[in-house]
Amino acid sequence: MSTQEEKQEFNITVYSENQIGLLNRIAIIFTRRKINIDSLNTSPSEVSSVHRFNIVITETEDVVRKLCRQIEKQVEVLKVYYHTNEDVIWQELALYKLSTDVIAEKISVERLLRENGARAVAIRKDYTVFETTGHREEIDNLISILQPYGLIEFVRSARVAIIKDSEGFNAKLREFERLEPGEDVIENEFLNDADKVFTM
Amino acid sequence: METQTIAKQETGEAAEKSAGSPAKEVTGSVALLEALITEGVETIFGYPGGAIMPIYDALYDYSDKLDHILVRHEQGGIHAAQGYARTSGKVGVVFATSGPGATNLVTGLADAQIDSTPVVCITGQVFAHLLGTDAFQETDVINITTPITKWNYQVTDANELPEVIAKAFYIARSGRPGPVLIDITKNAQIQKFQFKGYTPCKHIRSYRPKPIVRPQYIQQAAELINQAKKPFILFGQGVILGSAEKEFQAFVEKSGIPAAWTVLGAGAIPTDHPLNVGMLGMHGNYGPNVLTNECDVLIAIGMRFDDRVTGRLDKYAKQAKVVHLDIDPAEIDKNVKSTVPVWGDCKETLPLLTQAIESKTYPEWLQKFHDHTKQEIDLVIQKELNPTTDEMTMGEVIKQLNEITKGEAVIVTDVGQHQMVACRYAKLNKTRSNVTSGGLGTMGFALPAAMGAKYGAKDRDVVAIIGDGGFQMTLQELGTIMQSNINVKIIILNNRFLGMVRQWQELFNERRYSFVDMQSPDFVKLAAAYGIAGKSISERTNLPATLKEMLDHNGPYLLEVMVTKENNVFPMVPQGCSVAEIRLK
Repeated sequence: MSTQEEKQEFNITVYSENQIGLLNRIAIIFTRRKINIDSLNTSPSEVSSVHRFNIVITETEDVVRKLCRQIEKQVEVLKVYYHTNEDVIWQELALYKLSTDVIAEKISVERLLRENGARAVAIRKDYTVFETTGHREEIDNLISILQPYGLIEFVRSARVAIIKDSEGFNAKLREFERLEPGEDVIENEFLNDADKVFTM
Repeated sequence: METQTIAKQETGEAAEKSAGSPAKEVTGSVALLEALITEGVETIFGYPGGAIMPIYDALYDYSDKLDHILVRHEQGGIHAAQGYARTSGKVGVVFATSGPGATNLVTGLADAQIDSTPVVCITGQVFAHLLGTDAFQETDVINITTPITKWNYQVTDANELPEVIAKAFYIARSGRPGPVLIDITKNAQIQKFQFKGYTPCKHIRSYRPKPIVRPQYIQQAAELINQAKKPFILFGQGVILGSAEKEFQAFVEKSGIPAAWTVLGAGAIPTDHPLNVGMLGMHGNYGPNVLTNECDVLIAIGMRFDDRVTGRLDKYAKQAKVVHLDIDPAEIDKNVKSTVPVWGDCKETLPLLTQAIESKTYPEWLQKFHDHTKQEIDLVIQKELNPTTDEMTMGEVIKQLNEITKGEAVIVTDVGQHQMVACRYAKLNKTRSNVTSGGLGTMGFALPAAMGAKYGAKDRDVVAIIGDGGFQMTLQELGTIMQSNINVKIIILNNRFLGMVRQWQELFNERRYSFVDMQSPDFVKLAAAYGIAGKSISERTNLPATLKEMLDHNGPYLLEVMVTKENNVFPMVPQGCSVAEIRLK
């Protein structure tokens, strides 16, 4: 059964209306089952008035499928998809604050930053802020490199993920707006389709 | 704001079209009441308070159009609305004030959510400028109720009201029904605005009440059914909620397949129907439980495989192919993996399936159910319904009641042993005759639910069957019954114990009766204090006449029946056991 299935990272993409309280409604679907959300990003999507959530959790596919159905059941949710890391292109953004003196003195820091694809976004007399984007391990790696040079502050964004096999949400939304929906706008049915999870 | 999008689509356009009725300036409260009238609301169960006073003030002028029942506690209000929704098939409506008024709704909301009961709750809220300041009687009712509502929304501007109420009713009643809570701040209740008339909601772009029926699944399901040697139908409340009783009966009769019901599905086809083989689950009938693990095709219709139905899941119907008909896609594969998922409203899917299957009978297979019934009669039913003991049993009370009501009454039950006994033995000829708290198991449900059930089915007898424990959880509603003269018949089956917990303590905790010995007041005197007629009996010989007296009485009546103290409900599937391991003693 599903319990034997292996847990892995899943990227859940939720298209929804922009409604106060919906974040809570979605969050409690996880917390009720004592599932931790590893990462959560919510922002306007490419379609005006439609919001997009990117949620990352580590679970078995069976659990993820059930969670997605519960999320899609919420009145203000338009559509939910889930994907493994292989099915998406994803990035996190990180900011690192270091003492400008240290950077000026130790050229090696500058070299390390260049090697790690970081760029300066603010340079002040007393501190400098660098930015990188990448996968979690890449960002973690730069932290450990910078730690010896007195990393003052660090912050990392939630994950954002683009679905490889997707044509966007515009056409889908027009389907939803019709009073009588077409065949392909059926809740969740794609979730049964293991071969081609994404139907857009 | 999402609602603004809808406003453009719905109310805005409609209001422009219906330019014949020009906008008039009214308060938010008046707009709310006008909306309720357009939605066909006749009865409201409620309790006033500070933050909902403007609505109650407006209601003063609407008493000819809207019947408001003053309950004694908000929990009673929402249970009454649930009872009303269950018997009438319409949306139950509740008014409550902010703070404690709103939090008192929580149990009822959770109950309505898990039992898919359409209810719209209107709560008052403090002025919008006071939100988040810990104002007097302020609670964050939206966040408190989020997990236990199908939808909720806080209105802070009267202009939002018509469209929000329209959405509330549409969401509560469509698809898989459920409770909706609308929290209205006091300023929005008072605020005057240009009311352009009320347009019921028909579409919300992000909400699909029911999935589209897929012919290929109907076809696959029909093939499985046609090839089956030992098929078995399980049906739940979905049949009733979908008003698909006729379609369901036609399916059962053409297919010739034995059918068993969940507690909430009781009455979807008559108890006496030859293919109705009984109740499923922990205290269900012997055959349906045992043979679940013997059938080859399991056809689940409008039921959600609750753990009380399935028992141990990894030993549940493993040999069977499963056809699952449900309107809620999230229920498919949630607990039991389906071979063929038949998405959709069973009112639409059942006729298609009936058309696609062959007309058949399964005499040998059906005989197996009868054989099991015979065993159950010998070991359980006989001594429950025709006891030789001095003291009365709960079962014989239900049996006597059946003989008088002939199965025509609405039976409302509370939670516990009496509930299981009533569900097992009550005769139900009609749909919407069984009102009980199935999913949440809310003690105290029956008395207020019976009041609402009576308003929802005014021409039917409503009999509430309640335990001595559950009755004392909401007995204040006797006041409502008195004031509104609600003609409900109350039977308290008094075993002087919290019987179900006692049963478990007897069976699983070596008779360590921990806090289940319950003392009760004189229930008849209590009823008398409320001007309600009543009688208490402990002799079997008095039972038929007293039951008849109760039903013939013009007005509410409370009958206490003293029953044997330590009786157990059997059969029983002990927790953690497979349905096949059901015990008869």
